[in-house]
Amino acid sequence: MKRSKYDLAVGLFVAFGLMSLVFLALKVGNLAGYDSGEGYRIEARFDNIGGLKVRAAVKSAGVVVGRVEAIVLDPETYEAKTILRLDPRYRFSKDTIASILTSGLLGEQYVNLEVGGDSVYLGNGDRVVKTQPAMILEKLIGQFLFNKAAENTGSK
Amino acid sequence: MNRLLEPLADLGHVVLSALARLGLVGRFFIGILTVLWFPVRRFSLLVREVYFSGFRSLLIVTVSGLFVGMVLAVQGYEVLQRFGSAESLGVLVALSLVRELGPVVTALLFAGRAGSATTAEIGLMQATDQIAAMDMMAINPMARIIAPRFLAAVISVPILACLFISAGIFGSYLVGVQLIGIDEGAFWSQMQASVDFRLDVINGLIKAVVFGVAIGLISVFEGYYAPPTAEGVSSATTRTVVVSSLTVLMLDFGLTVWMFRGLS
Repeated sequence: MKRSKYDLAVGLFVAFGLMSLVFLALKVGNLAGYDSGEGYRIEARFDNIGGLKVRAAVKSAGVVVGRVEAIVLDPETYEAKTILRLDPRYRFSKDTIASILTSGLLGEQYVNLEVGGDSVYLGNGDRVVKTQPAMILEKLIGQFLFNKAAENTGSK
Repeated sequence: MNRLLEPLADLGHVVLSALARLGLVGRFFIGILTVLWFPVRRFSLLVREVYFSGFRSLLIVTVSGLFVGMVLAVQGYEVLQRFGSAESLGVLVALSLVRELGPVVTALLFAGRAGSATTAEIGLMQATDQIAAMDMMAINPMARIIAPRFLAAVISVPILACLFISAGIFGSYLVGVQLIGIDEGAFWSQMQASVDFRLDVINGLIKAVVFGVAIGLISVFEGYYAPPTAEGVSSATTRTVVVSSLTVLMLDFGLTVWMFRGLS
């Protein structure tokens, strides 16, 4: 096949483009650690999820073990129902406590799983019974002020 | 005609001629699409156009990307360090480059660098009757001249956008990590945690492809229908840059609203 003088330059151009796409995928983006939708799903209900978002991390002992897949409000109990998709490598006992924590002072919110001592494990579709809602700063401050006021009136 | 109705008739004329031109663009676009297989089969034609519009834009795009990234790092750091979160600089730079600046600035540069050249080339071909001559020899100018240039723009813009984004992130790395001294690990890991490949990178590339289609179509259209005079070609070239830039910015708004509607 006859080669034109443009072939080499265009080949280089396309190769550079592909290299930078790989750079974007692996170094900038998170394709390397990308989950393909596998895993088992568990359900957790919270009184208040605060600023938790879909695709937020699910961590146990600080290690990411899954993602929040869906958040809906239960129309009967008015609780927030979250579906957590967990890595099949990890199993959690039935009495696991799910709580919503914040990474750092201004960081993102995530679901923390604290493993209990039960020998029965959570399976696909199971529900985490023990949950702890997100901390709401305004409520905390309100509670703090209320306690302070109560203390003051009690000491007088 | 009644003097009072004159402005109304002017308005009507403006709207009607704008609509007619839009229809012409639409027919032209369909005309290109029907002969799009030709440059794929005659691959050397396409390679030549990718060389002229894509490869020759490499320098301007990567250097611009580098400097945009460096400026973003300096400005972003200035604001972020007030809140004590200078480590989030990588996230700020990467997301703004991948989602918006990369595709948009690349498209604007491409319209100025390559779109204008395409219009001038085709306009001059038209003015010197080269296209009519081709038609006489039973060579379809749409397939031989227009389609390769259009396809080259569609191919080049996403590749250039990738390079722009990579150069920008590298520039912000140089300034943020090497010069200012942000922790390198935090810079990359926070970036990786926040930039989603499908949501951010792929959407940015979709934008770039759409902008490539828009610029390619506008530049070949303006050239093809340029009045065959020196003045006509020059005003067609100007119009390519102006119309492409405005179209890119408007399309960007529409695409952004559509792509990120489900977020937050």
